[in-house]
Amino acid sequence: MFKWLEKNLPKIVMAPAVGLIGWFVYGFVLWTLYISFTNSKILPKYELWGFGQYEKLWASRKWLISVDNLLIFTALFLVFCIVIGIILAIFLDQKIRSEGLLRTIYLYPMALSFIVTGTAWKWILNPTLGIQKLFIDWGFENFTFDWLVNREMAIYTIVIAGVWQSAGFVMALFLAGLRSVEDEIVKAAKIDGAGIFTVYWKILLPMMRPVFFTSFVILVHISIKSYDLIVALTQGGPGISTTMPALYMTQTAFHKSQVGLSAASAMMMFMAVAAVIIPYLYSELRRENAR
Amino acid sequence: MQDSLQSSYRQLEQKSKYTNIFLRWFLYLVLILFASYFIFPLYVMIVTSLKTMEEIRQGTLLTWPSSLNFDSWAVAWGGRGYGAGDTFLKPYFWNSIKMVVPAVFFSTFIGAMAGYVLTKWRFKGDKWVFLFLLFGCFIPYQAILLPMARTLGVLGISNSVIGLVLVHTVYGIPFTTLFFRNFYVSVPTELVKAARIDGAGFFKIFFKILLPISAPIIVVTVIWQFTQIWNDFLFGSTFSFGEAAPIQVALNNMVLSSTSVKEYNVDMASAIIAGIPTLIVYVLAGKYFIRGLTSGAVKG
Repeated sequence: MFKWLEKNLPKIVMAPAVGLIGWFVYGFVLWTLYISFTNSKILPKYELWGFGQYEKLWASRKWLISVDNLLIFTALFLVFCIVIGIILAIFLDQKIRSEGLLRTIYLYPMALSFIVTGTAWKWILNPTLGIQKLFIDWGFENFTFDWLVNREMAIYTIVIAGVWQSAGFVMALFLAGLRSVEDEIVKAAKIDGAGIFTVYWKILLPMMRPVFFTSFVILVHISIKSYDLIVALTQGGPGISTTMPALYMTQTAFHKSQVGLSAASAMMMFMAVAAVIIPYLYSELRRENAR
Repeated sequence: MQDSLQSSYRQLEQKSKYTNIFLRWFLYLVLILFASYFIFPLYVMIVTSLKTMEEIRQGTLLTWPSSLNFDSWAVAWGGRGYGAGDTFLKPYFWNSIKMVVPAVFFSTFIGAMAGYVLTKWRFKGDKWVFLFLLFGCFIPYQAILLPMARTLGVLGISNSVIGLVLVHTVYGIPFTTLFFRNFYVSVPTELVKAARIDGAGFFKIFFKILLPISAPIIVVTVIWQFTQIWNDFLFGSTFSFGEAAPIQVALNNMVLSSTSVKEYNVDMASAIIAGIPTLIVYVLAGKYFIRGLTSGAVKG
């Protein structure tokens, strides 16, 4: 008995982690998957109902708007975060004075919650006393900035706040990537007569391919899960113009009590994330095995 | 001939020196512009929280407060002193502390053990076990909200701090395991093998050999978990919205409640109070924060 215990101790110690994740992640996802195939309303029902919830989901105007918003948000969020992140990383890499201070400033939003920063941005963007008033007082008398309450433009306020929060993170990833390149490569290129722009454009940035990939995956992941920021900034409004899938899911489940439908929307999100993450994990694992 | 070549070379050098100076200025200009964009909301928050509503209406976002007035901070933290409908952050701040401390402790401990086994007591299929755990970092939590709500209900701990401790512990495990596993992988296994030959057991090896060198990764993990759990809103707002709500939920409720006139100064003071613990940790231990971010940054 004692011998058996000693031999299997590592596995026993490992068991809580595996058990908890097995139950609370995999078990729960399977439960949600099952429920998405039932006609559950307030309480879960267990007789199968086929793809009804998914048909309902994709016929729902609100869901279609959330998917549209997600696509707009993801595209802009990705482009701005990566462009700003790369510019900052390259500029900071030029032996800048007080680099540490600048880095701290670029990255501090990552330490704050989306609720905190959303509250701040909501106040800054508010059309009466915020940015608009600032510009009017500066003498631009006809300046209007009402994106926050404008159906067409409200989604872009979420982009502004989201990019502000996450661009520094991309900067950190690229800066770490650039710093890991050996000096010899850059020196050799310079001796061959390559200017600083050529060095970055032709040599260093192409070497950053894995960093691009990582940033892409993480940013897409953040944007699919966007929830807090929207709640703090617009609550999906005006109307439903800034709803996104994560918000749709919780509203359908906890306000409208349509458990089956919300499970279907959760599974759509799950599949979107899996489509991005599984290739990523696969390639990361291969890289690790190759080492 | 020689002379003219040299002078033209010098000219070229001079020219490139000027372009260099120009580039340098341009560089700093861009960096400072971005720095002001990043600092701007924090500045606005602090300044607004120190103004009276009268000042806010008259000035702009950038105007400096006429005096250092901490009244809205006091209101945000302790309320106005009348009974019903007076929401303030103090009790929820303590809820968050009561939630964060045990959740960080348990998830870090379980992750350390898992990372230790996965690297130093390898068994058949351990790679798959790691992958199995790792995938937990990425799932969108919407896919587990419904069953979690029911489970907490069945256990009788919905709408309680204990329920949130459980939730945060469980969903922190994939991250903590990832951190410790990646750290222990680089510790030479020979050390462990030698100790095993000397007859040291499973726990002795962990506490005598690995734990003493684990300080950096413990700091990284604790900071990561602390920041994530303190800043969480999804779990808090779904599972605990009443008295037991964590601070982010309370902040959101305070800002959204539109009972009387909007008090932006109190809103901003509340936001700062809710953000200050993680901000302090970031300023004090930024290096470790960034290391966690770049090595395990997958959470949104």
